[in-house]
Amino acid sequence: MVDMSINPATADTLIAAIAQDPVKLGVSDLHISYGGAPALSIVGLTVKEHEIFGIIGPANAGKTSFLKALNRMDTFNPNMRVKGEILFNGLNVRNLKNIYALRSRIGVVFPLPVGLPLTIYENVALSPRLRGINRTGDLDVIVERCLTRAALWDEVKDRLGSLGSLLSGGQQQRLTIARALSQEPDLLMLDEFSIAVDPVTTMRIEHVLKELKQDMTIILVTNLVQQARRLADRTAFFLAGECVEIGETEDLFSGDVKDQRTRDYVEGKFG
Amino acid sequence: MLEVNPLQRPMTTDFDSRDMDWYIDKIVQFLVFVAGISAIVFIIGIFVFITFEGFGFLLEDFSFREFFLSPFWEPSDEDVPEYGILALVAGTASVTGLAMIVAIPFSLGAAIFIGEFATGKLRESLKVLVELLAAIPSVVWGFIGLSIMNPLIIDLFDVPVGLNVLNAGVILGLMAAPIMTSIAEDALKAVPDRYREAAEALGATRWQVIYKTVLPAAKNGLLGAVLLGVGRGFGETMAVLMATGHAVNIPGSLFDPVRALTATIAAELGETAVGSPHYQALFTIGIFLFIITFLINLTADLIVRGIRKG
Repeated sequence: MVDMSINPATADTLIAAIAQDPVKLGVSDLHISYGGAPALSIVGLTVKEHEIFGIIGPANAGKTSFLKALNRMDTFNPNMRVKGEILFNGLNVRNLKNIYALRSRIGVVFPLPVGLPLTIYENVALSPRLRGINRTGDLDVIVERCLTRAALWDEVKDRLGSLGSLLSGGQQQRLTIARALSQEPDLLMLDEFSIAVDPVTTMRIEHVLKELKQDMTIILVTNLVQQARRLADRTAFFLAGECVEIGETEDLFSGDVKDQRTRDYVEGKFG
Repeated sequence: MLEVNPLQRPMTTDFDSRDMDWYIDKIVQFLVFVAGISAIVFIIGIFVFITFEGFGFLLEDFSFREFFLSPFWEPSDEDVPEYGILALVAGTASVTGLAMIVAIPFSLGAAIFIGEFATGKLRESLKVLVELLAAIPSVVWGFIGLSIMNPLIIDLFDVPVGLNVLNAGVILGLMAAPIMTSIAEDALKAVPDRYREAAEALGATRWQVIYKTVLPAAKNGLLGAVLLGVGRGFGETMAVLMATGHAVNIPGSLFDPVRALTATIAAELGETAVGSPHYQALFTIGIFLFIITFLINLTADLIVRGIRKG
């Protein structure tokens, strides 16, 4: 278990800050590099509670590296170095003793859908089982709720026992979302989720995300500029390892930007 | 003035002839075909050969009941020779069974460590070491059984003889473990990393990832590894000849000496008259072994193939 206690002084400022402008994620002075080659630098970035925070940018901008640093998936890659501070619920994720407990609170949806080679039911029940929920009745409720919220229940309710990895691409991606929701995450991170998904399914998932915003914070990394415009409350523009601009999505798309490169990217002049 | 471009191929209509490359291609195709088909030819050839050699026995002296159900293997009895392989089957089965009890936890553990936990140099050197272990000749293992395990078992368990099921089973287990490790590790490696990442992203610990995701996904390959180990155990000759004690006996305990099917052929074939019932009976054992190992390997192969498809 993560030690959730914080010292009283910071607790006060935190409570005050949350009352004002609830911050889910605070990033400062973040530097990510692979084998010495810098991949992403961020001076400061905050994600507020219950917002959809969009991250746009062309390939190699550092978007995926950012997500990996957040839930400590950098442990997979011995080349990856992360320096700086990432506060999640006020805790610096870079100094955690139990990264598994951190990951269990952050849902991730990968670019290509990954249906685990388990049944549809077990795909969604896995995370609750890991948390120690084993009663069939409880699991049934969780599985149905998560699949329903991911707009997949009606399509699979009669074949929960078949393999999740045999579903179609769009269905697998919704299964992945259901699995992420089964974590009851504080934060849901989606990394270019619509790459391998047809447009109709993409619109269904986007609709789902708008509803999920009530219950959690969402970080949406996307290479589709218009997707960020449709969904994100605020959007950051990453370019070649630099966080160029962060602003209200409306401002970014109405041309109210500080950096010319943002305008060019949003208008489709490059990328 | 005509400018000649050296890279420009001239336009011709006489390219339609069988040139050197065409013939080389045909020859190579033929040679590769022969090499490929030879596996089938050899296997059929061996089967025909041992069947042919054992044929007379199968027609005349063979009694299904005696062969499979009699525990007495007394081919050199001058009055009434008996050809019962029950005790030999029991010997082979008990030794192979114990070998699997030894080898399965060892090889699965090693495969999981090499495949899932070890990284970099450690992982590479372990893989090389495992392959080296798999290449140790079986007579060396037999020697270890004879000269190290034998006195050790006598000392540890206070028994008169250390050449028995326990000795041969442990030796055979250690022999089979490296090849099983190798195949099991291949099976683990065949599980895509995205499954591991997805499971870890859910907050699963390393062990939970392996236990809940990797092992279920690799289970067919792992089963194939075990079956190949069983096949190895059935077919192994020299080590079991040296370590079992080579006494025809249905074992009642781990400390009873036994005799294996393969060892019987190896020990007796040189001393029988070619074409005699005894000689032919040994070949009938050969047919039996051939069919058993063929079936085991075929099952293992089908199982391993099964995962590759799914």
